[in-house]
Amino acid sequence: MTNEKNPADLVQIKKREDVCPGKKLDLASVRARIDQATAHDAAEKTGPEYWRSLEELAGSQDFQEALHREFPKGASEWVDSVSRRGFLKVMGASLGLAGMTGCVRLPLEPIVPYVRQPENVIPGRPMYYATAVTLGGYASPVLVESHLGRPTKIEGNDLHPASLGGTDIFTQASILGLYDPDRSQSVMSMGDQRSWQAFLSAIRGPLSAQKALQGAGIRILTPTISSPTLADQLRNFLKVYPQAKWHVYEPVNRDNVLEGAKLAFGQPVETRYDFSKADVIVSLDADFLYAGFPGNTKYIRDFASRRNPDSGNMNRLYVIESTPSSTGVKADHRWPMQAGMFDGFTRFIASVAGVYGQGAGSWPSNYAAQVAADLAAHSGSSAVIPGDHLPPSVHALAHAMNAKLGNVGKTVFYSDPVDANPVNQTESIKDLVADMNGGKVDLLIILGGNPVYDAPADLNFADALKNGKVPLRVHYGLYQNETAELCQWHVNATHKLESWGDARAYDGTISIIQPLIAPLYNGKSALELVALFSGQADATGYDLVRAYWQKQHTGADFEQFWRKSLHDGWIEGTAFASKSVSAKSAAAPQESNPTDPNAIELNIRRDPTIYDGQFSNNGWLQELPKPMSKLTWDNAVLVGPKMANRLGIKVEDVVELELNGKKITGPVWVQAGHPDNSVTITLGYGRKRAGRVGTAQGFDAYALRTTAAPWIASGVTIKKTGDTYKLASTQGMQSMDTPDGAHRPLVRETTLEEYRKEPNFAKEEETPYELSLYKPYPYKEEDYAWGMTIDLNSCVGCNNCILACQSENNIAVVGKEQTVLGRHMHWIRVDAYYQGDRDNPKAFFQPVPCMQCENAPCEVVCPVGATNHTTEGLNDMVYNRCVGTRYCSNNCPYKVRRFNFLLFQDWETPQYKMMRNPDVSVRSRGVMEKCTYCVQRISERRIDAEREDRKINDAELVTACQQSCPAGAIIFGNINDPNSKVSKLKAQSRNYSLLGELNTRPRTTYLAEVRNPNPELEKSHVATDAFVRRAEAKRGEKSF
Amino acid sequence: MSEQYKSSTELERAPVIEPGHTFGTVTEKISAIVLTRPASNGWFIGFGICFMLTMMLLFAIGYLFLKGIGIWGVTIPIGWGFAIVNFVWWIGIGHAGTLISAILLLLRQSWRNSINRFAEAMTLFAVASAGIFPAIHVGRPWLAYWLFPYPSTMGVWPQFRSPLMWDVFAVSTYATISALFWFMGLIPDFATLRDRSDKPALRIIYGMLSFGWRGSARHWHRYETAYLLLAGLATPLVLSVHTVVSFDFAVGIVPGWHTTIFPPYFVAGAIYSGFAMVLMLAIPIRKIYGLEDFITERHLQNSAKVMLATGLIVAYGYFIEGFMGWYSGDRYDAFTLWNRLHGPYAVPYWMLLICNIFIPQVLWIRRLRTSPIALFFISGVILVGMWLERFIIVVVSLHRDFLTSSWGMYYPTRWDWMTYIGTIGMFLAAMFLFLRILPAISIFEMRTLLPEAEVKE
Repeated sequence: MTNEKNPADLVQIKKREDVCPGKKLDLASVRARIDQATAHDAAEKTGPEYWRSLEELAGSQDFQEALHREFPKGASEWVDSVSRRGFLKVMGASLGLAGMTGCVRLPLEPIVPYVRQPENVIPGRPMYYATAVTLGGYASPVLVESHLGRPTKIEGNDLHPASLGGTDIFTQASILGLYDPDRSQSVMSMGDQRSWQAFLSAIRGPLSAQKALQGAGIRILTPTISSPTLADQLRNFLKVYPQAKWHVYEPVNRDNVLEGAKLAFGQPVETRYDFSKADVIVSLDADFLYAGFPGNTKYIRDFASRRNPDSGNMNRLYVIESTPSSTGVKADHRWPMQAGMFDGFTRFIASVAGVYGQGAGSWPSNYAAQVAADLAAHSGSSAVIPGDHLPPSVHALAHAMNAKLGNVGKTVFYSDPVDANPVNQTESIKDLVADMNGGKVDLLIILGGNPVYDAPADLNFADALKNGKVPLRVHYGLYQNETAELCQWHVNATHKLESWGDARAYDGTISIIQPLIAPLYNGKSALELVALFSGQADATGYDLVRAYWQKQHTGADFEQFWRKSLHDGWIEGTAFASKSVSAKSAAAPQESNPTDPNAIELNIRRDPTIYDGQFSNNGWLQELPKPMSKLTWDNAVLVGPKMANRLGIKVEDVVELELNGKKITGPVWVQAGHPDNSVTITLGYGRKRAGRVGTAQGFDAYALRTTAAPWIASGVTIKKTGDTYKLASTQGMQSMDTPDGAHRPLVRETTLEEYRKEPNFAKEEETPYELSLYKPYPYKEEDYAWGMTIDLNSCVGCNNCILACQSENNIAVVGKEQTVLGRHMHWIRVDAYYQGDRDNPKAFFQPVPCMQCENAPCEVVCPVGATNHTTEGLNDMVYNRCVGTRYCSNNCPYKVRRFNFLLFQDWETPQYKMMRNPDVSVRSRGVMEKCTYCVQRISERRIDAEREDRKINDAELVTACQQSCPAGAIIFGNINDPNSKVSKLKAQSRNYSLLGELNTRPRTTYLAEVRNPNPELEKSHVATDAFVRRAEAKRGEKSF
Repeated sequence: MSEQYKSSTELERAPVIEPGHTFGTVTEKISAIVLTRPASNGWFIGFGICFMLTMMLLFAIGYLFLKGIGIWGVTIPIGWGFAIVNFVWWIGIGHAGTLISAILLLLRQSWRNSINRFAEAMTLFAVASAGIFPAIHVGRPWLAYWLFPYPSTMGVWPQFRSPLMWDVFAVSTYATISALFWFMGLIPDFATLRDRSDKPALRIIYGMLSFGWRGSARHWHRYETAYLLLAGLATPLVLSVHTVVSFDFAVGIVPGWHTTIFPPYFVAGAIYSGFAMVLMLAIPIRKIYGLEDFITERHLQNSAKVMLATGLIVAYGYFIEGFMGWYSGDRYDAFTLWNRLHGPYAVPYWMLLICNIFIPQVLWIRRLRTSPIALFFISGVILVGMWLERFIIVVVSLHRDFLTSSWGMYYPTRWDWMTYIGTIGMFLAAMFLFLRILPAISIFEMRTLLPEAEVKE
């Protein structure tokens, strides 16, 4: 772990003390400028304008810089050694000052009411705009809720084929990214704040110098770009500077997918799947049901649509994986396997399927043949999906298998790549570094990204920047990160929600990105920056995008096309047509990187919550429990139980990993189901300059990541250091078996076969005889009785509901120390339980919001009546009445109540004030809070319905968790309406109440899990299961 | 009843008051502690330490108000920690005082006269210590008054179904009655002090406190009536207060809380710990102030016997809890039992059994029942045991409830300890002051024990 500050950092911080050198403030010049500005305003504007601040009036950059010097040195400095615990408070003060210094753009605030009210703007009613946010180049189409010009919540775009209303965690969390107070707030040069004009004049000379050389010294490094406009702009730039080069690098790239496609078909193609048509899915280490996998939102929806045991067409999922994932949890059969063995394994099942001729080999375990047989039995309705990190040969084999099985065109489709510049990114950055070290680069433009932190360790990107061979280095990005520190110039970027642009979704569909708010810190979009390099310094993002599409649009009415595309959030007919490709050769691909199965394998993966490190300053994602371990705020060295026993290491022991002479240390998490002789570490932690939230959390896995082995490395050594390190897991115990050997039927599950025999299996626990001193309330006579079902069969544990709820309900982030104590605030959590053999357990996800019990144990014990039942069956919290005895939480058997033990909410930071949902109270210290079934949404719909003199429709009212759930696992509605979706689900035989035997009469119920195992394989599995469970029970607590 | 039989039992018993005392010597001896005896260095050192601990308590509470109860170890799922443990412990300790002064009065156990005064003081100070906790343990302590049914302008009332609400009534009634009862009993002695004091200021202060008591027959008549009435009021409280406190848990559905044995077992536990505290205080006081004549072996023995009896009731409670865990067949109750015996807090549970059940069994031995030193240590053990009992009930039940996913651990912080130790300091500081400014033993009631007081028919 790199908890200690790097000495290099200290130097940087020191440098920054000298924030604003230069001219002194001159009162006369200030007055002159004000006069000038007033005159200018008078000339420009026709109507009266009112303003609140002097800066707004005299809003020029120079003036603001002059003002800035009035304040003590470091007033607007964004980096200091404030602890995360303290940062919430410090931010308030520092931003107050920052506001005065012009680092924050204060919006013009009219102080008179509208003379003529703008159309559609009704205070108190949100507006929704369609746009998109991107991750790894892939667009997530979204609808953004905006309250009087402030975006507050992101929802999936239900019109868009790639979302259909669902989102993923990174999309949900991007709203916090927009308002992150640690974002870069100005153009910087050598640690000083500069104006955009200063940057313009600084870059003009070098650019014109390059003109003569045809741009031979210019290198542009971008992350993966799918934006047609930006790609077009970059290509035009390369036309002007033909010798310049465009490099692409992202740490979580799809090089192997690309190379695999080239290996199979000789051309880079994108693979898409249609899981709604697949009866049998074999995932080769592909975590396709989790955020970060292109198309995961659609894939989850398609997958879940085939998980209904009553439909008669339930699919079957086989997952073989090198590190436990939420996709593996949903598998009907799952096996752990070292990543290095996938080539051989895939080769074997391919051979059984008859690819590349029969009899290509054998495989030691019996299940491989069964998997292959099941695939063969479902020709044309199966899919083999390889993980992005597996070597190209596995991808090629999977392509061949899908072709052989006749899946292509039915469940598997090929299309052009979404990436506008599909090059091998590892090679690309390697070339760039070679050029840099060779002195060939005069001007390096890093257009986003953070290569100093995330480039392969063997390239020593930081050294290449530092060694002085690149005279002019420009970094463009949202944060002044590790890379920005080593560049002379840093240009602050706009967030996707502040800028115009466009991007492609996983299927190629183009979304126009439109801003929801003016840039908070006068940032520039990538489009505007590239336009500057091409000589269009004044071009706005809007003009650039619109001009590009005007050029592309062939039809008659562009305005109508433009408006419709903006309204819908996507451009019709831009999805890539599926491409028919043919195999390049009939021979099997060369076996790639064969590894020694006895050597310990190192798996490096993207992190489930902070991805590659770009989200490390995002508190929501830092505190989001990782789906398998429920760890927050840290990455860990994941090892299997067998290996942990053998090496004598326990959870929270610090170990040293050594690979090819490079060492890192990190704490161990013993992960049930992890393959033996293999460890997994995740990227994105150990940041040195991430911001207050992300800096120095966890350890840096990039240190072991090389160009040769970016994902899978063999021969790592693991050594105990003797230290321990506290990890923050949000789940107490991940087993339904208590240490005394008993089993608690919290998640109820059976197999499809058993389910058909005994459909009522989940109702085994009888609800006790009801006897009460109090007269039961006649809920049935009310118009509405709110209820919810959660289908455990559809739920894929994607964590979306947690973040959707956090965003909707203004839920605070508490930090690692408080999470260790168990004081995290999530209103809905996703419990993960493991069962059976620890080396390959069955696992279950169970989202737990408030059950809204009709007999709520929390209500009777509250001494001040702060929690009460509504006539519609909601268990309401009256925050103002709560004195905080916590008795309700003690008496809640589901432990869904959350308490503000300290002042967890940030009441000061202006950005966060803008971010919050105005319909939900912001809770203060000493108050209990909990899931309300999104009562603010119910009220809003009720007002609408009552005005129209009707009842609330089943379809119009959704809770935040339900809305974001890509699997459609959460259904909420009126259970007094027998035709509502939720009533119908509650009538299903799988419906059961969690802890129903306590007579709490929960309104939230679960649909039990039914798996569809291969009957051939199941026989042996069940026998071992019971045996291991007994052994497990004896082992005692903390077994998982 | 034969004379011989009577005398044999009488012989075994130590006297309530050592022979040779007269009205004068009793009055002199007790009032001298307050009026003439100079405060020793020991007193100043002891009081100084306790006063500093009280200041530490105030500091801890001040910081708590500043930051929030997050400075304590409480969390989800263990929403109650030291604060509630200490509250129940202190309230329990207070019970012995009321039992001694009220119930034993009604039962005409005249031996109580030597210890009832300071036992009542102990009750009062224990209730004060206990009362701090419910008020400061809430998330927003400045709103704790919302638990009282005051006439709010918004017409909002407390929620009367909540056991915490019942607690408010039980504890506030208890505090009021205890204070009244104690003060009432002091009035004749205040008059004695007024009369014996040679300093005018003291005469005025004690004079005001004595409400003009002149010891007339009418005064005595009214006094006796009122005292008896208050004893009658206080008597049910001995049983009801801890019963209500036990409802805080018994009404909850948490496994380990939800049991009908709690009320009697809590009351017995309260008296158990209360007598332990009485002994822990009485033994050093009688030694230091030479009151062995008044607090005799008989008192020690009787207290030990009460502890033995209530201890056995408590042991029965533990046994029934365990038995029901097994017999009910309820998986959650069964696990609670298992968890107490084998879980992460097994050490406190076993310590509890040792402190509360096994060690006190030595009280069957008469020699130990009459040995002040042995009793002092056994009482200490019982106090520790009874504190652990509340810890087990509050914390260990909560930390492993229904959903395994929500299980957690409780680690008290330094602020928890500072608050707890601070209340002990406050309690003892109050006792120190009490010894110096009020008669620690009821003078006029002691006089009734003398042979001179026997009314010859």
